[in-house]
Amino acid sequence: MKLSINGESHEVNLPEEMPILWTLRDVLGMTGTKFGCGKALCGACTVMLDGQPIRSCSTPISAAKGKQITTIEAVSEDKIGRAIQQAWVELGVPQCGYCQPGQVVSATALLRDNANPTDTDIDNAMSGNICRCGTYNRIRDAIKLAATNSGGKQ
Amino acid sequence: MNKPLKNESLQTEITNISRRNLLKGFALTGLVLAVGMPFTGFAEDEEAPKYGRDAMPHGWVDNPLVFVAIAEDGSVTIVSHRSEMGQGVRTSLPMAVADELEADWDKVKVVQAPGDEERYGNQDTDGSRSVRHFFMPMRNVGAAARMMLEAAAAAHWGVAVEEVFAENHQIKHRSSGKVLGYGELAKAAAALDVPQRENLRLKTPDQFRYIGKQSTKLIDGEDIVTGKAVYGIDVQVDGMLHAVIARPPVYGGKVKSFDDSEALKVPGVIKVVTLKGSPPPAVFNPLGGVAVIAENTWAAMQGREKLKIEWDHGENASYNTEEYRQQMIEDASTAGGKVLRSTGDVTKAMETADKTFKADYYIPHLSQAPMEPPVATARIQDGKCEVWAPTQAPQASRDTVAKWLEMSPEDVTVHVTLLGGGFGRKSKPDYLVEAALLSKAIDGRPVQVTWSREDDIHNGYLHTVSIEHLEAAVNTDGKTTAWLHRTVAPSISSTFDASSVHQMPIELGMGVMNIPFAIENIQIENPEAKAHTRIGWFRSVANIPRAFAIQSFIAEMAHEVGQEHKAFLLDLIGPARKIDPIDLNDEWNYGESPEKYPLDTGRLRRVVETVCEKANWGRDLPAGRGLGLATHYSFVSYTAAIVEVEVSEDGELTIPRMDIAVDCGPQVNPERIRSQMEGACIMGVSLATVGEISFKDGAVEQDNFDTYQVTRMNGAPREIHVHLLPADDFNTPLGGIGEPGLPPIAPALCNAIFAATGKRIRNLPIRYQLES
Repeated sequence: MKLSINGESHEVNLPEEMPILWTLRDVLGMTGTKFGCGKALCGACTVMLDGQPIRSCSTPISAAKGKQITTIEAVSEDKIGRAIQQAWVELGVPQCGYCQPGQVVSATALLRDNANPTDTDIDNAMSGNICRCGTYNRIRDAIKLAATNSGGKQ
Repeated sequence: MNKPLKNESLQTEITNISRRNLLKGFALTGLVLAVGMPFTGFAEDEEAPKYGRDAMPHGWVDNPLVFVAIAEDGSVTIVSHRSEMGQGVRTSLPMAVADELEADWDKVKVVQAPGDEERYGNQDTDGSRSVRHFFMPMRNVGAAARMMLEAAAAAHWGVAVEEVFAENHQIKHRSSGKVLGYGELAKAAAALDVPQRENLRLKTPDQFRYIGKQSTKLIDGEDIVTGKAVYGIDVQVDGMLHAVIARPPVYGGKVKSFDDSEALKVPGVIKVVTLKGSPPPAVFNPLGGVAVIAENTWAAMQGREKLKIEWDHGENASYNTEEYRQQMIEDASTAGGKVLRSTGDVTKAMETADKTFKADYYIPHLSQAPMEPPVATARIQDGKCEVWAPTQAPQASRDTVAKWLEMSPEDVTVHVTLLGGGFGRKSKPDYLVEAALLSKAIDGRPVQVTWSREDDIHNGYLHTVSIEHLEAAVNTDGKTTAWLHRTVAPSISSTFDASSVHQMPIELGMGVMNIPFAIENIQIENPEAKAHTRIGWFRSVANIPRAFAIQSFIAEMAHEVGQEHKAFLLDLIGPARKIDPIDLNDEWNYGESPEKYPLDTGRLRRVVETVCEKANWGRDLPAGRGLGLATHYSFVSYTAAIVEVEVSEDGELTIPRMDIAVDCGPQVNPERIRSQMEGACIMGVSLATVGEISFKDGAVEQDNFDTYQVTRMNGAPREIHVHLLPADDFNTPLGGIGEPGLPPIAPALCNAIFAATGKRIRNLPIRYQLES
């Protein structure tokens, strides 16, 4: 089976129901995408499938057939993604940082879709991503900063 | 010199307890290893009681040759020997080194030390003490390295060392203006003698470049946001296999029989291995069970689902949360438990008082649930074992793995990765032992053991479950005349001694004994409570239930006697004074010297007054809104919080704003102090609103983040304002930061709910209690 990840094609010989998460991590050695719950409850494993954020722990590789997977490893290649990462660093968002790849991917998907998200938009887009360290307020501020830096009107 | 804390009796009391993990913080003698270098720092008087960093296993080291390396290209590598779990220690301590070294932060790299306390000093990353204990040693490291560079430059130029000085990665000659970079001097400097500690020239605070400033960037920030940071789960070793383990659902249970035939048919599954458990006490031992080893984690998980296991649950299968709670309430209502402190005559004062109050406060078990669950990778080769893991306790990990493998600790290497959260869970190395045992079972091949979220929730080292029973007497003038506290909770010590049924001094020193109140008659009792699960430490530990109970109770008392809460609280705290912990029968004092670290009610009053001023306490709010106040002293720091809530008519709770004031003495990295306070606010809201682990027939009822809920962005406070009360200078002793923000949050929140609704919450979590 052929998977397209971050613009590169990967041929894998795996059961079709294998989650994208474990394919990335254990088979392809791309460990930026994290395991947190295995049940699409925490968002640590968020990647983009054709630009839409999905929980890779609960999405089988069969769902990625003919689609583009974008992981945290390629987010900086996207202008908005890079703006998100820079805002994260500038505001010192991460504490332990483990959930942050998922947060960054979710935030990137949000801003690509909505250049000027309101607080409610941010709540809706980001409440699937748990941060146990409690960086939510800085995440919100960083999304707004990235929106401004990307030309949004905030 | 103050009279010493009663360490001898303490040592006797906990003889059976693993020293490294429970005795840290105690003033021990004879356990600290001096390594014969000029830079290991121990008091010369062997008889004197030891406190703080001197009292920790393996003490502290400030040898620059251990902690700093400068390459010829000028890059500076600083060793972080404490574990990074989000508190920012890989930035804050290297920052102290870099500052004294006059290093350019952009040229600093940080490398993580393996578990080796003889070399690095104590590495147990808990108790909110990394910066508290290692700020000075790390400054010494930087200053010594800087002086060696200065000496090398002076020798090179043939001038007196007094004529040269360090500035931003260069040594300069004052009169000639000659300059040499650190890289050019590195080799010559490394060959020089390390200066003696008493000859070190430390900076004065006005010379600090990074310490106390807001601007230092997180050392791992860029790696984290790009997915390059390596956590325990990201370790990849050539030829590595993956494992998950089915563990006994009940503490003390074991495998009766199992059938692995279906599991072995799952594609990718390689082997099924039984792991021997160990009967309680748990200590840091693995729980045993049946392990499935596979080519990848997913295959291992699929295989585990196909296992058919019959368990022998053992005697803890009788553990049911509701029954246990009722029993604790009953025990708390009865006099006659172990009396810990008796001042004056509480009984008489209660009988003669104008008004008496009593209340029980309940907090259930909690799981730390770090976002990265426990995980470890191990390999055994040529009689040596290597483990890679996110651990808060690198040396205890090394010793425990060595014990289980029957190896010498010298033959075990523990590589410490970044921790995807810890909160106390990763202080226990049971999961490292599992990885080591599984590697042994497959001829030393590298194997990574991953805990699923369900494993983490089902088989944790939980925060205890507790009833805090409080009684007080107040006269019509508003003066509190008596205070009775019965604290009932299974102790952490039960994890090390199964027969233990009483709180130990560490737990009693978390807001039971060391209450800062000016009350004449005080009685403190501790009825028995037996543990039926592994009890561990959870960020701020026993301070959570004590602050919740005491700070809620005081608000209730103020309301009942018609007094304003802040005024009533300050009156109870009394005038500014320094209380000797010994006078409170507090034998622990967070391991610190009672002389250096008295309980200072002036500082406590100041955080209360500051937070009230900043949050505009007492302001008018529309119906359905309320403000709540709470304060607490923990880890030798002072905090106070005000929470603003809004409760809708159908009981929906939102938190528009939180304010928290903290006095932790000098502030080394104010930016990370703020982030720790913000995180503590969120974690406090989380445990108060939705946090609960409960048991049915001995097994945890929750499974994952659907049933063990934690606060998400939409439930978080909309604004958090952190107010720092810095000390005047860097001579004031440092306080902790990782934990002290948490205790006041739940009571401030519940006090706010009362102000908004008139509804008093005494049982956490709040969950649906506001709906009626």
